[in-house]
Amino acid sequence: MALRPIKNLKEFSTANERLEGAHLLCPGCAHSMIVRELMNATDDNLVIATNTGCLEVSTAVYPYTSWDTSWIHIGFENAASAISGAEAMYKARKRKGTLKDPDAPVKFVAFGGDGSTYDIGFQWLSGAIERGHDFTYICLDNEVYANTGGQRSSSTPVGASTTTAQAGRVSYGKKEKKKDIVAIMAAHGAPYVAQVAPNKWKIMAKVFQKALETEGPCFINTVSACTTEWKFDPKNTIEVTDLATDTLIFPIYEIVNGTELNILYRPKKVLPVEEYFAAQGRFKHLFKPENRHIIDQIQKDVNERWEYLQRREEARV
Amino acid sequence: MSKGVLATPKRGIRELGAEELVGWDEVTQGTILETFETEVDNVAHIRPEERPYSDFSSYTATVASWRVIKPVYNRDICIDCQHCWVWCPDTSIVSRDKQMLGIDYDHCKGCGVCVEVCPTNPKSLLMFAEAEEPEVALTKWPEKKKKEK
Repeated sequence: MALRPIKNLKEFSTANERLEGAHLLCPGCAHSMIVRELMNATDDNLVIATNTGCLEVSTAVYPYTSWDTSWIHIGFENAASAISGAEAMYKARKRKGTLKDPDAPVKFVAFGGDGSTYDIGFQWLSGAIERGHDFTYICLDNEVYANTGGQRSSSTPVGASTTTAQAGRVSYGKKEKKKDIVAIMAAHGAPYVAQVAPNKWKIMAKVFQKALETEGPCFINTVSACTTEWKFDPKNTIEVTDLATDTLIFPIYEIVNGTELNILYRPKKVLPVEEYFAAQGRFKHLFKPENRHIIDQIQKDVNERWEYLQRREEARV
Repeated sequence: MSKGVLATPKRGIRELGAEELVGWDEVTQGTILETFETEVDNVAHIRPEERPYSDFSSYTATVASWRVIKPVYNRDICIDCQHCWVWCPDTSIVSRDKQMLGIDYDHCKGCGVCVEVCPTNPKSLLMFAEAEEPEVALTKWPEKKKKEK
């Protein structure tokens, strides 16, 4: 187990990159920031499986691969099962003594988008966590099926306009609430579950290291701002993510052993949710007079959720 | 169990264009792209410039044609805070031994995130038109902004 020092960025920057450039993700995509940070957080060998999604189709376009580690892709839903299989085989071969280098430290990681985590791969992920394999699953949550043209997923928040839940004269976009995937995974009894954002790089690196260190299945939901489907200028990825964490739309917290909740980031000044919505094109219809009540409703939900998280942190249940 | 024992003339998997059936353990594997020419022990301990990349690695490819604007780096103002390094989505900020060395223009897509996160005053990274020569761009650098009261 070799974790990289993350005390400050200068030290962290001595890591040798293992995700190569010239992948085909959009300019300003947060996916690669998150993946790079995970791979830089450790010096161990990594075995990575990826669900179909933006990350998969952009980093492995024949004849190129952007991965410097072992990387598997099979289907839309089964990164969790593929990594379980790889981990089970590694353990079996270690027991039988057929590994070439049995002492080399190996970590198993799976990446999935929100479509493959919240919807399509949900059953596979649930099964893998229940079986208790030693792996870390990272959901790159951009709240939409960005790879196929911006269809709504069960992660899309209320009020967002997507190609299959369009805002217009009769609708204000998606009407259903977002699934609380972190709570669902914590309810599985996973030893470590967290939600982080790339703008807080240090918290994110710490959480990644903790997940890699923890034995057993860990789940991390990461906010990944999508310049194409959230409709903002590519250069503003970090700014929009800042707004997401400071308006508490995406609170940053961890749940250890399914019960112990810790809030990892408290904004010094909590911003109104309007500021987050105003930065993105997918919410622009909410500022029409007839849709104002949606913003008020979302603000109320966000406040209640924050209150709930704080109470849970205090109560330790 | 020895290899191929499962395939009999009546049972097995027929691959595209093949005459005979094969067992599950003989089926051709999916596509495997080898990132490196030779076997590498632990990539995390080898610097990118010393790795034996094969033609399959996207390290050998370029996306420079995506850009219409590009970041230009001014070493004189940089404080090596590495904000651009940690948030570059394209692994295009070259940092070695805690020092920022410059921009990898083969892999940079010109998104501008590095310029936005740069904390110095004036910024040590700025966006210029793709056709602008970096040397010329450096002469056009803005003066330090005074704090507005």
